[in-house]
Order: sequence, then structure tokens, then C-alpha cells
Amino acid sequence: MSYHGGEFDVIVIGAGHAGVEAGLASARMGANTLMLTLNLDAVAYMPCNPSVGGPAKGIVVREMDALGGEMARNIDKTHIQMRMLNTGKGPAVRALRAQADKFSYQHEMKQTIEETENLLLRQGMVEELMVEDGEIKGVITQTGAEYHAKAVVVTTGTYLRGKVILGDLSYESGPNNMQPSVNLSYNLKDLGFEMVRFKTGTPPRVNGQTIDYTQTEIQPGDDVPRAFSFETTKFITDQLPCWLTYTNGETHDLINNNLSRSPMYSGMIEGTGPRYCPSIEDKVVRFNDKPRHQIFLEPEGRNTKEVYVQGLSTSLPEDVQHNILKTIPGLQNVRMMRPGYAIEYDAIVPTQLWPSLETKKISGLFTAGQINGTSGYEEAAGQGLMAGINAARKVQHAEPMILDRSDAYIGVLIDDLVTKGTNEPYRLLTSRAEYRLLLRHDNADLRLTEKGYDIGLISEERYNRFITKKEEISAEIKRLEKTMIKVTDDAQEVMKQAGAAALKEAYHADVLLKRPELTYADIIKLAPAEKVLDADVAEQVEIQVKYKGYISKQLEQVGKLKKMENKKLPEDLDYMSIKGIAMEARQKLAEVRPLSMAQASRVSGVNPADVSVLHVYMEQGKLQKVGQTEA
Amino acid sequence: MDIDTIAAISTPMGEGAIGIVRVSGKDAIEVADRLYKGKMTLSEVESHTINYGHIIEPSTGEVTEEVMVSVLKEPRTYTKENMVEINCHGGLTSVNRVLQLVLNEGARLAEPGEFTKRAFMNGRIDLSQAEGVMDLIRAKTDRAMNVAMNQVEGKLSKRIQTLRQALLETVAHVEVNIDYPEYDAEEMTLEILQEKGTFVMKEIDRLLQTAQQGKILREGLSTVIIGRPNVGKSSLLNSLVHENKAIVTEIPGTTRDVIEEYVNVRGVPLRLLDTAGIRDTEDIVEKLGVERSRKVIKDAELVLLVLNHNEPLTESDQELFELSDEHDTIIIVNKTDLVDNIDMSKVRNLAGERPVVTTSLLMDEGVDELEEAIRDLFFQGDLETGDMSYVSNSRHIALLNQAKKSVEDALEAVEAGMPVDMVQIDITKGWELLGEVIGDSVHESLIDQLFAQFCLGK
Repeated sequence: MSYHGGEFDVIVIGAGHAGVEAGLASARMGANTLMLTLNLDAVAYMPCNPSVGGPAKGIVVREMDALGGEMARNIDKTHIQMRMLNTGKGPAVRALRAQADKFSYQHEMKQTIEETENLLLRQGMVEELMVEDGEIKGVITQTGAEYHAKAVVVTTGTYLRGKVILGDLSYESGPNNMQPSVNLSYNLKDLGFEMVRFKTGTPPRVNGQTIDYTQTEIQPGDDVPRAFSFETTKFITDQLPCWLTYTNGETHDLINNNLSRSPMYSGMIEGTGPRYCPSIEDKVVRFNDKPRHQIFLEPEGRNTKEVYVQGLSTSLPEDVQHNILKTIPGLQNVRMMRPGYAIEYDAIVPTQLWPSLETKKISGLFTAGQINGTSGYEEAAGQGLMAGINAARKVQHAEPMILDRSDAYIGVLIDDLVTKGTNEPYRLLTSRAEYRLLLRHDNADLRLTEKGYDIGLISEERYNRFITKKEEISAEIKRLEKTMIKVTDDAQEVMKQAGAAALKEAYHADVLLKRPELTYADIIKLAPAEKVLDADVAEQVEIQVKYKGYISKQLEQVGKLKKMENKKLPEDLDYMSIKGIAMEARQKLAEVRPLSMAQASRVSGVNPADVSVLHVYMEQGKLQKVGQTEA
Repeated sequence: MDIDTIAAISTPMGEGAIGIVRVSGKDAIEVADRLYKGKMTLSEVESHTINYGHIIEPSTGEVTEEVMVSVLKEPRTYTKENMVEINCHGGLTSVNRVLQLVLNEGARLAEPGEFTKRAFMNGRIDLSQAEGVMDLIRAKTDRAMNVAMNQVEGKLSKRIQTLRQALLETVAHVEVNIDYPEYDAEEMTLEILQEKGTFVMKEIDRLLQTAQQGKILREGLSTVIIGRPNVGKSSLLNSLVHENKAIVTEIPGTTRDVIEEYVNVRGVPLRLLDTAGIRDTEDIVEKLGVERSRKVIKDAELVLLVLNHNEPLTESDQELFELSDEHDTIIIVNKTDLVDNIDMSKVRNLAGERPVVTTSLLMDEGVDELEEAIRDLFFQGDLETGDMSYVSNSRHIALLNQAKKSVEDALEAVEAGMPVDMVQIDITKGWELLGEVIGDSVHESLIDQLFAQFCLGK
């Protein structure tokens, strides 16, 4: 028996990391939003590692913050430890990582959602999408509620026809024994979506009371207070450490002797797993010359003794997992609390999406997160934010907001998905970005605050602060470019202390700052600023001056890219009729239907000559049209 | 209109000794001006004029080529953009050097058919010809691909793949340090980067040297025969020519002055210079013979120095030894059918490391040894006759030069104390450029390498 559940602008299916960002963004942009999740206790749940950020991913969190997302603020309030990674390398690859208190993270996020205007969070499992004439109309839940909406965002994570595998045991399940979402997957297939089956996994959890930490190495958080959000002013100071230990020959022997009981090797698992997070059995088999593997012991929260055993992801039978743990220094007497397992789930082939994350097949239907073939909380959240923004904009009859590859890692992620697709769960890596030096962790606000403000997710007050910061940076750089530093005893002393060569003549301050040994702090000793600048302003000045050469080179490349991005292609272009393009490329282009010449050039199997031909073809079409109007 | 300025060699490879580097785009004239030294700068000269001058290396100011430069200002040009055509003589090596300098000054290597594409995009070619333009791009690309494909099986491709793999492993190593900072892989230090970069640069240099060999295979090794009167220069010439079916070049309008003859000696094509001179001057006085040698030797890549076995070494012989000191030279001691009057140990002493062959051209003896010496000298034992695995395509040479420059930039960055992820930018670029040579630049392979090389996971 079905009943009418209500009218909404936007419905978000799922309340994981993608779902919560989608729902919050949509509601905050003024769209009347319903967020449906099959279990209210699983809002913003972290079924795997208790951490947020890291290289590339951490930059995504900051980008989301600049656009008005929630993840950064939420983790700033609920972490147990934070570290800046890659501090010994260049600025482009520095990244923050926080260890989360999983439980507080969830509670904090749930409360934020509950307090948000225009947003209704409700428990309910969606089984069917209502579609008429290729347009989304709403959703129907298991309990028969029919909710109507102009746009729907699907963020089903690993719940979609999920199946847990552990040794020779397997059963239909979402993560951590949650209910799976089965019928929705069949519904998507019926609607004509091409689906793939992916696999991921998680390690066992143990009771920290039973760990002998004296046999492990401590991994503390940074002493300096850190935060993801550009808004955070209150910092957590009482941090908890993580711990490092290693597997050994005994561990590896045990695994090798039990391989026949591993579902990975018995053929029970059909889904494609990611290469970047292989299970411990994979690591032992594929890298059998490696004498030991790292195991990080990460607390799951402040009010629990449960510890996540990072590095030991496995789907070996439970009894083998007990024994593996006991071979590891520090874990000899450990009590396992939950076993590790592998999980298979359905995802849609992401080339079926436009760069707005709207499906090509059904107008008003968006998908985000693991359903699009990614893995990772940050990747999911970034897509959720964009899908939520674009669903709201769709309802408000505004153009979608699309970030390109030079704007943000989020742009790289979505462009990769919709242009190239993926044949394994997709993880962001800094090496996927061509303009890594521009897409830094430190300048995410400078890159994206303007955009967040334009779509209404950044407050006036924050925007004004951003404008001031921008002005201070450029004024200070100009000042350094004009200030001469003369050869004085003071100057030579500063050089000496910094380990730099003595000055032979006077230099402009900016030129001197380019010397690798010198920092902005050294320079202002010799060329003091009128007022002491905030640390983040000083940091920008230093980076922008020091790496100016490389930055301008990349900006130049971006200029060329933007030109190509601005050459738009019609959605309905008949690629099959363009003879000059190679057949394979024609087929690929017809499938992906790129929206710009730049996107076309990135479709796999399309080479520069094909792009050239397409260029000429488009020009020919334009000329023809002009000819027609004249006649 | 496209913003880039593009450049390419627009004369077919290996045909004729004159080559043209064509540049098109908004900055074409400025780019060329930075390399050009003539009576006036190219931006000052009238459009549609041809100007005599020199190409200089802008960093040092050193003159590298004597050129004629056509300046064609927009819009009355083929592409409707500013165009410059640099005519170089001296064949492949100098054209490539000029192209490389143009690319260093900010022009980009043109894609196949791109000049025509621009002509079309800028309205120079009308709509009815659009099909033709698309066909041309297709055809030119396919041809370029075929060249690349033909070399895929060859040594060239293997060598480039080896280099790319070395760079890829280096890049993957840097990436793993960046993306997995806590993973227990050894840190890729600047020292290791420097070592790898230097290795790759040297290897690219060696590849570029094969371009030289390729050029010789197409254009012939310019060869001169020198020696005092009556030592047997003419006999040597005849012997080489008759045995090896010469192709004769004549200056149009004359029938007498044969200036060059092409012969193929065991797979090494020789372009014998000043053959008329040899035939005419066999009977002139000794002094003039040396003078003539001094003149012709300038353009020679191979010198065949002929001595008389029947006479002691003279002062002129010694002078000829000195003259050919800087050149690849083969010493031929002829007339072994006559009495031994020459001091062979002195000959060998003067020859140093240069091969010495004894012949009796009259009796047709020693010719085989001479031909083998020519072949060995050219192939240096590291290439087999008939193996086509040298760099031959101007696009490839340009790409290799660009790749080398990227690696050089990376090494400079190491020197300047830049962090490893900055150095990486240029290393990756070098890897991509090498990929373009063999038609493979898929970025995904870096990520494949990352996961194949390192054991990462949660």
C-alpha cells in the first residue's frame, strides 16, 4: 500500500559522506530537501579507517570548505589528532590528515543536519525511482511512501546490492552488517543504467586494552594547532597518538598457508578491487620479497577502546584473523572485537554522467560517491557537494557549476570519472592532477571562495575576510618587488644565519626570497612590513614569490586549457558521421558526449589528430549556419 | 585564432640539402627575431621579403647558421597569421638545430597538418575544402604514425622505452613518497634524481647522434679524396665509382663540371665532393694540390688521404696529415705493386688512431679492406648495416631535443635547491615527450607503475 509522502525540491538518497554534503548544500541554497537513509544511526558513518584527509584527499576537504561544504568544520570539531604531511617537500604536496573520533564525527554531523533549515532527515529505504518521459519525478520507499521531487541525488555507497565476504562465509549486507539496498539496484538496471561490481575491504578492530604499546613506535599529532576549515578558530589540543608496528615472516607464513581459504584466491569474489588498497593476503603474495609490512594502530575514538588495525585489510576466515594478529609485535595478546571482511557492491559506469553529475539518461537524477565508482570518504563528499549544488541549481533553473581540472582536485576527480570512467574503485592521487602546483592545500580558499560565494554557500562576512586576505597578499608581494635590500652587516648576518651565500650586491627583496635557504621571516628582518601579517598571508607571499617561475609556467598551460574548455560541443553531436575521426575515437566520443573540446581531447582513445579534425568539423558547421542565415 | 605560435620543418626529409623551418602565429616574427641577426631586425623589414642573415644562439650570441629568412606578415599569408620561413643550407642537422632554437624561444612543435588546419580555421581555405583539410590531417597523422609504428619493432623504440621506464620508475618513486608519505619506501633524494636525470640526458644525446647516422644514410657522407699529385686519387675515385654505380650530379647548364658523385659503399652512402677537381688537377703542381685540399676539406665528414707507397713521405704529406687531423680520416697507402720506399711505421705514427689501409688500385688489391674500413668507421660497430633503428624523422628529433631540455631543466632545478615535487614537473614532461616519439603518452601508466612498484594498502 503506498501513500503520498510529500513534495520536495530535492531528495537525497543516502546519508553517508556524499549524502550529507549533498543534502546540506541543497538545503542551504534554499531548496526544500529531503534526506532519506535506511538507518538514522549510520549518518556520516565511517565504515573503514577512522581518518580524514591525507595527500590529495586533504586538499579536497579544504576545497569543499571554500565552497561551503561541511566535512572540514565537522572534522575540526571531532578529531583526536591532526598532522601536516609532506612538510619536507614542496608546498604543492603538503596535506593535512586528521584521525577522527568516529562516533563524535557522526553525532556532530547528524546534529548539524537536524538544525539546518529546509532539510528533513528521515529514515527510509528507497526501492524505486519515479521517472516519466526521461525526467525524475520522485522516489518510492520500502514502506510505500511516495515522495515527489524535481531532482534526486543517489548516494548509496557500498550498500547497493552489498555482499559481505569473510572466508567461505558470504551474505547480503551493507557495511558492518547494515541492511543492504537491493531493489534500488535492480531498479537502476531496469531504467537502463550500465552497472559494474566493485569490491573493497576493511581490517579487523581490536581492543586497545590488550595491546602492548611498548613494542610499538608512537606516532603523535603535530604540536602546532591545525585545522581544515578556513573558519575554524577553536583548536583541539589534547590529542591521542597512533602507533606503528610491523608484520613479519611468521605472519606471512601463516597467510601463505591459509591462502586456499581466502575468498580472493578461491574465486568467490567477482568484484574488482582497488590496486591501491590490497588486502594483506594480496600484499604478501604480490610482494613476497618484502620482509615486513607496516601496521598502524589507530584509535577509533575518545570514548572507546576499539582500535583500527591499518594495513591488515583482509577477507581471510575469522579464525585465521585471530592467529594473524597474534604474530604481530604488540598484538601477541590482543583481543579482536570485529573481524575484517571484503564487501562487494554495485556501482554505475560513471561515463553515463554529465560533468554536473546529472545522469545523461534521466534528467534531474544525479549520482555521487561510491555509486560512481570511487572509494574514500573525501572523494564521496566532494562529489556529494557538487551533486547537491547542481541539483539545487537545476531546481532553481540555474546553470550547473562545473569545476575544471585547473580549479580543484574535485574537478580532476569528476572529470576523470565522467570522461574516462574507471575499471576499479577510483582514488584521488596528487599525480592525477596536471596542475598540482596550482591546486595546493594552502590556496584552496583563494581558488574557490569566490565560487562558493556566488552560489550562496559562503557568507558575506567570510567573503569579506577572503577579499581582505587577497589584497594583503598582493600588496605585500608588490612591496617586496619594490624594496631593495642593500649589502649591510645586518643583511650579511641574516644570510649567514640562514646558511645562504653572502650578498655581493643589493637585491630586490622578492629576488632574495627565491633563494632556497631564505624564508619570508628572514626577508622581513631586512625589509620590515608596516604591520605584521597573519601567518597564512605570509605563507602565501612566500610560496607565490618562491615558486613564481613554476607557477607562471602552469598558469600559462591553464590559459591554453581554458581556451579549449571554452570551445563548447553540442550534447547531441553525431560523431559517427565525422569521417576524418578514427572509428574507435568516434565510438568513444559518442559514448562520453564531451561538452567541450578540452574534454573531448581527454577521452581515452582520442588522439590529437582526432581533436583537430573535430575542430575543423565544428568550424565547418558554424560557417554553414552563417551561410544559411545569410541566404 | 590560436594563441600558440607553431613551428615545423616544412621540407621533406633527406631530399636536397636545403631545409626550411616554418613558423606561424602571432609571435612568429618576434620569436624569429630573437634568433636572427641581419642588417635589420625582421620586424623592421617589409612584409613578403627574403632576408639574408645569421641564426644565433641567443644565450651566447654565437652564430650557428647562415640563412635566408622570408617574412610574411598577416593577413596575406598561407595561415593568415604572421609567418616566417627560415631557409637553411647544410641539410638535416642545421635545420633541426634552427627548429630547436625556435622551439626554445616559445614556439610549439606543429601537429601534422596544423598549418593547413590554421589556414582553414582562419578562413584562408573555403568551406568546400574542409573535407580535404580533414583528410589531410588524417593522412599526415597516419603517415606519422606509420613511421612511429615502423620503428616500434626497431632498436630505437626499445631504447626509448627503456629510457621512459627509467624515468617512470623515478617518477613513481617520487609519487609514492608524496601520496604515501608514511609508507616505508626509501625517500627519493635529489641526489638520486640527479643521477637518473644525467643518465637519461646522456642516453637522449646518444639517440640524437643516431639522427646524424640516419642523415648520412639518406644524404650521403660528404667525402673528399686528398693527396699529392700522382698518388692515385683519380684511380681511387674511379675504383669507388665503377664498383659502386655512381649517381652523378651536374651543375645545370654545364656538361663538364661534375661536382658530386654518390656511391654506396657497403651500405654507407658517400657523397664524393669536388670530383671534377680531382680529375682536373691530377697533373698540377704539388703546392696547388695542398691548397685545393685545404679548400675542400672544410665541408668533409670523411677524408680519404692517399699516400704513395713508392715514395718517401714529403713535407706536403705531413701537411695533409695535419689538415685532416680533426676529421674522420682513412689513410690509404697506394701503389703496393711498386717498390716499398715509404716509412710505414712513421705513417702509422702520424695516423694515430685513424685506420691505415694499403692498396694497389692498379692491381685492384686492398679495395675490399678499404670498403670495410669505411663501413666500420661509420657504423662504429654498434649498428648493423641495414638496421633502420636510427632517429630519422624531424618531428622525433625535435621531440627528443625538447625531452632533453626538460631533463636539463629538472637538473637545473636540483642545482637550485628546488623541492622534489617541483623537479618532478620537468621529469614528467620529459617522460611525456619521449612518449610522443613512440606514440604513447597515456598518463594512466604512471599510476599503474605506482601500484606495480610499491605495496600500498589499508
